[in-house]
Amino acid sequence: MIETPSVDWLALSPTLALLAASIVALLAAVLVGPWLRKPIAAAAAFTGFGAATICAVVVYVDTERPAFVLEESLTRDRLAALAQVLLALTGAVVVLVSWAERRREEHGEYYALLAAAGAGMLFFVGAGNLMTLFLGLEWFSLCLYILVAFDRERATSLEAGLKYLIVGGFGSAVLLFGAALVYGATGELGFSQIAAAEAGGDAFLVAGLAMVIAGLAFKMSAAPFHMWTPDVYQGAPTSVTAFMSAATKIAALVVTLRVLVTAFPDESETWTIAVAVLAVISLAWGNLAALAQSDVKRLLAYSSISHAGFMLIAVAAGTERGAESLLFYLVPYAAMSVGAFAVVAARERELETDVRLESLAGLGWERPFYGIALWVFMLGMAGFPLTGGFFGKLFVFSAAYDAGDWWLVIVGVAATALSLAYYLNVVRWVYMRTGPELRVAPAGGSPPRDSALGVAVGAAVAVTIGSFFAAQPLLDLASDAASQLPF
Amino acid sequence: MLTTSLILLPVVGALLVAVLPLPRLTTAGLAFLVALLEVALWIVAAGRFDFDDPALQLGTSREWVESLGISYTVGFYGFSLWLAGATVIVCAAAIGYALWVGRDRPRAYHALMLLLTGAVVATFAAQDLLLFYVAFEAMLIPLYVLVGVWGGARRIAATLTFVVYTMAGSLLMLASVVAYGVTQGTFSLQEPGTSANTWIFLGFAIAFAVKAPLFPLHGWLPLAYREAPVEVAAVLSAIVSKTAVYGFLVIVLPRFPEPVDDFTGLILALSAAGLVYGSLLAFRAPDLRGIVAYSSLAQMGLITLGLFALNDLGLSGAVLQSVAHALVSTTMFLLVGMVERRCGTGDLDALGGMARGRPILATVLLTAGMIALAVPGSVTFAGEFLIMTGVYAEGWGYSVVVALAIVLAAMYTLRLISAVLHVRPGPAVRDEALDLRPVELGLLLPLVACLIALSVWPALVSESAFWRGTPAAIVEEEP
Repeated sequence: MIETPSVDWLALSPTLALLAASIVALLAAVLVGPWLRKPIAAAAAFTGFGAATICAVVVYVDTERPAFVLEESLTRDRLAALAQVLLALTGAVVVLVSWAERRREEHGEYYALLAAAGAGMLFFVGAGNLMTLFLGLEWFSLCLYILVAFDRERATSLEAGLKYLIVGGFGSAVLLFGAALVYGATGELGFSQIAAAEAGGDAFLVAGLAMVIAGLAFKMSAAPFHMWTPDVYQGAPTSVTAFMSAATKIAALVVTLRVLVTAFPDESETWTIAVAVLAVISLAWGNLAALAQSDVKRLLAYSSISHAGFMLIAVAAGTERGAESLLFYLVPYAAMSVGAFAVVAARERELETDVRLESLAGLGWERPFYGIALWVFMLGMAGFPLTGGFFGKLFVFSAAYDAGDWWLVIVGVAATALSLAYYLNVVRWVYMRTGPELRVAPAGGSPPRDSALGVAVGAAVAVTIGSFFAAQPLLDLASDAASQLPF
Repeated sequence: MLTTSLILLPVVGALLVAVLPLPRLTTAGLAFLVALLEVALWIVAAGRFDFDDPALQLGTSREWVESLGISYTVGFYGFSLWLAGATVIVCAAAIGYALWVGRDRPRAYHALMLLLTGAVVATFAAQDLLLFYVAFEAMLIPLYVLVGVWGGARRIAATLTFVVYTMAGSLLMLASVVAYGVTQGTFSLQEPGTSANTWIFLGFAIAFAVKAPLFPLHGWLPLAYREAPVEVAAVLSAIVSKTAVYGFLVIVLPRFPEPVDDFTGLILALSAAGLVYGSLLAFRAPDLRGIVAYSSLAQMGLITLGLFALNDLGLSGAVLQSVAHALVSTTMFLLVGMVERRCGTGDLDALGGMARGRPILATVLLTAGMIALAVPGSVTFAGEFLIMTGVYAEGWGYSVVVALAIVLAAMYTLRLISAVLHVRPGPAVRDEALDLRPVELGLLLPLVACLIALSVWPALVSESAFWRGTPAAIVEEEP
């Protein structure tokens, strides 16, 4: 009789649900006729994300105290479960955004990769040791490399895929090297064992820590590790960009929080400063560069860099309150980000060109729903009240102030002021530049019917505004999740 | 409950106006109806209000974000009820005017106007620091679009400067709100507590100084007031500026006693300078809107002088003057709009001689002008007199400045009146230009009637703005 380790299948169920969906979608690409491929694959992916959401909710409710799965390779806690819920919901919305993408073939492969990337992220946020951390990272990254280059007929898409592959591969290598150094210094792989090894002050450990942070910073596109972001966000198919901007960021930030807090509590003085510096650089660079953009996807890419900066402020606080505010911030951020890219996708499909600022002219009057939605997302990203983005920033700032980082509050406020210039500029194009000479939409034509996209945008608006009014319930969820980290 | 309905009624009205597929005129009519209902609701609220009770009235409080001590707490004190009253009346007049001139894209326009009404009322009712900030910012969203879409030729530049100025102020305030709330452990303005931190104080003071605007932070004012649609300019100068007064009254003065002490001299000096400077600019302005815009700058300086006199007379005078200026400024802006519609320009050089054959216009403009220039017996005279006596305690020089400002006000107002009504007929004034239509008169008369009523009985506001006529209590004790 061979002894098999007991496996907590429930903890793995969200990941497995998405893997199953991925297999179904892939089989659809081979086994059924071309006309059925898209509906079956999309339905499989959507169901997979839905099932993963439900499983993750069950795990969240069912996890009173954190536990390890399969020795310390995976962690089962509310932090992972909450992140999985967010990721799976994001994925489901992205399936809706992708539905009407103009593509003649390969639907099965697309949705299979999307579901597989989602599965990788769900696995990644539960990582409990350096091996699973790297495994999860590579798992979803490989899927994303292909997805970014998916529009083979567009040179920009291929170029973006190549760039992402090279820079992303470099980032992974840095992370792996860092993991090796940490292992060398402590002789341990599990996060809590690394913390228990008490190798404080070891130069290898500090170098390893720095490289792990850098590797993760590549994924969350925090400056100065953001070089790939604008090109990749611009070149990738817009629905993939929407997925990356929201989901990759959620996964990378949650894992950064987990690794730093569980594995390196003794070095917290070092990493809070390092993370604060990353935050400041991201805020400065992201906002300044966004001012000069005229391509909307590129503009949103730089804006996502600056949002990474805001969220890193929360990590830099290094407190439970910081963790809580990070988790809250992710909710409206994911909604606004997916929503904004979805509106861009809608305009792109209508005009059949890249969306530049001037292509938004008159959108607000011609397509009132998308106009108002984009307005809401821009105000939310700028942190205006009546959107969850406001409370996100408020919680982050108050966590930072509470932790004594008042200078980060000042930087954050200054960055917000700067960001208004380009967010409001988008609103200005959407509403204030009307007139016949700017009527860029095909005259008299109605936009392509795309109710799935409409539903996705509507859901994103609902979450953006809802997270303002229902801030307390969301914050409760976030603080339950944060309280399971060893602060 | 009543306060919440006062906030929600215009918001719900805005959603209805935006969503219902009604014809143009019906849409605008519906918006006007909602605005009138809002006035009626305010009258009900004022009827239930006990002006002898110092406590917060018509209040509601619900937890919002407990972990940070943020709550939805609204309610009125005497002065905030009067400011809210001015708001609903001014907004109703502005929406009525927009209905009369038939603004383009009426669904969007009127929805935004109603949203603005709701946001301003919420600002005056807010008794939680964070709720105040939310409402204060929420005003900006409709204003941004209202000026940017329906404004004049240089509207984009106007919105840009307006938003840059106010957002810079607001974000400083956000930093202060966070710092104050986190150190106090609560954002409620019903809880006692003061702070001696000068930086936090400055964040608030600068935000309000930009919003008012006070000299020298008034850079956005001339463009915004000139380029905005005239009724939006009226709302801006009449009531949006008064949110700063409210902010000074409920946040700055009671919460930061020590920094206020340190900065009183500087603020008084700047206010006095703004009062004179604004009056002189108004006297030199080449167009109608410039005169009214810069006179607003002067009036806000005057009101701030009253506030920072930090005594009963000054504070009561400031509230009375705020209400009076809201009504005067709206009347003047709407009159300017009516003249501009008839002549196609507001340049003083091109106007003149409109009194001949247009008796109603002449009468209304002259009446409003007399009240604006604070002729003795008018409500503005009462306000200025209170402020002048109040600020005397801080130094006789300030009273001299106020007295000088009354003379300057007479100069610029008379200049406006004579440039429009008298002199020789200007090139832009065609003989066919009509006298005020009955609808226009219907919009202006209630405003003028309110002004005359207050002129007869200014104590209605000044003696009921603060409990038992002891406003200085908000400075000395906890509210």
